[in-house]
Amino acid sequence: MSIVVNNLTKKFGAQRAVDNISFEVKTGEILGFLGPNGAGKTTTMKILTCYMAPSDGDAKVNDLSILEYQDEIKKKIGYLPENNPLYYDMPVLEYLKFVADLQGVPKDKIQDRIGEMVYVCGLNVEKHKKIGELSKGFRQRVGLAQAMIHDPEILILDEPTTGLDPNQIVEIRKLIKEIGKHKTVILSTHILPEVEATCDRILIINKGKIVADGTSDMLRKRARGEEMVRIQIKDSGNKDVVASALKGLDSVAVVDFVKESNDSFYVTSKENQNSRKDIFKLCVQKNWVLTEMTPIETKLEDIFRELTTN
Amino acid sequence: MHAIWVISKREFNSFFDSLVSYIFIVVFLGIGGFFTWLFGSDIFLIGQATLQPFFSIAYFTLFFFIPALTMRMLAEEKRIGTIELLLTKAVSDWQVILGKFIACLILISVALALTIPYYITVWAIGPIDHGAVWCGYFGMILMSMAYIAIGLFASSITNNQIVSFLLALFIGVFFLIIFDVLSSSFTGTISQILNFLSMSSHFDSISRGVIDSRDLIYFFSITFLGLMLAETSLSKRNIVE
Repeated sequence: MSIVVNNLTKKFGAQRAVDNISFEVKTGEILGFLGPNGAGKTTTMKILTCYMAPSDGDAKVNDLSILEYQDEIKKKIGYLPENNPLYYDMPVLEYLKFVADLQGVPKDKIQDRIGEMVYVCGLNVEKHKKIGELSKGFRQRVGLAQAMIHDPEILILDEPTTGLDPNQIVEIRKLIKEIGKHKTVILSTHILPEVEATCDRILIINKGKIVADGTSDMLRKRARGEEMVRIQIKDSGNKDVVASALKGLDSVAVVDFVKESNDSFYVTSKENQNSRKDIFKLCVQKNWVLTEMTPIETKLEDIFRELTTN
Repeated sequence: MHAIWVISKREFNSFFDSLVSYIFIVVFLGIGGFFTWLFGSDIFLIGQATLQPFFSIAYFTLFFFIPALTMRMLAEEKRIGTIELLLTKAVSDWQVILGKFIACLILISVALALTIPYYITVWAIGPIDHGAVWCGYFGMILMSMAYIAIGLFASSITNNQIVSFLLALFIGVFFLIIFDVLSSSFTGTISQILNFLSMSSHFDSISRGVIDSRDLIYFFSITFLGLMLAETSLSKRNIVE
């Protein structure tokens, strides 16, 4: 089930929380929604889940417009809002039954679905407790369970792993990946490694506008076009000699010294060229011992910072 | 319809999950019983087989209790954010409002039904006017509907329960007393209008056993208006400038 967003805008007074954004999510894709606080992630999600009407523009869920077919769309979407609001005075099982009932799960299937969700989200130990008595991590699981109880074709998760311990985070990520094989998932997060670990595609949004859209590899390439390696050369004598020899190679653009080290260098290749072979050959030729050659990847953090601060 | 029922059921259960419903029923029956049987112008003092003393005390207790029942219904959901969860399920704003309205009305009906023994007792000790009693109960339900709608509206415009409670009382007191008092200090059309707006004149005629379409229209109008305003204020998040 696909989502197509067209020129969506949401204004709060003079402020444009979401400013004319367009994007598309295909079936079976996990889209990571990244952005600093107040970028418009949550607002976009609220619009897609038919909680709020947009000021302008439209979004289509499986060719149904959110402006007209709200009831149909709501049935197809599972939503975990930010901060995971729940009825604290309800026991877990009763709450799941309530949500299943509301979402129109057929009566004879409700128990099966609840059983499955309790199993999938690891709620078995706590299922008879009131939600208010649960720890934050378990509440988050209840939030996920209620979002998935009607087996929705689209899952929209606003910061699904906040408050979970590292083991739970790994489990939830695994779960999201598993769900993402058959379903469309949009998730927002601040945690960058999470996006890399779970998402097929990343959308970075800042001040209501999309500033980047692509896989993490694509974003890296976009952020730094040239390849960069860190090398260490032993038994070479003078490091200036080495540096100038490296600079002399056809494929090398820049050579930098690594601070706090006498024999390490950062070597940046020229655009669309690969310098590693040449460096190796040079070392062989000069009889230097090459003890390290590490490609330097741009971290997603750096890309994020670059795109969202001006 | 199914969604309304599911929401009502949850709300109704949540009354009983917390102490709210028990306190409400105990205090409502306590105050009602005390003033009907033991104190003030009770049945033995007026010496007639009538439930009028009960209705006139319930008229005031419901005025206080209904805002206490409705105050958290929307305000609390807005405060902790569960309203977002609810409205992104396959339900409309109207279904949420009606679900809560019905849950509250059922609770009050349960409390009123528990006073049926009063009726049976009075029936046993004297010749009672059955029509007037049933009309009195019917009037109670109509009045409760109006107060619940007002309470839901008050609850929909704030996320603070206390504000919601006080606001519902403030609006309610106009219908309870102020219009009545004002109408007697004016003359002519204004007095007539104010008198029509006052709840007591409509309730009195119903509890005497006269069901007039004007009274029905009055109570249903307040109910509808209150619910409509509640729905409007709930859906104002959709307003597009």
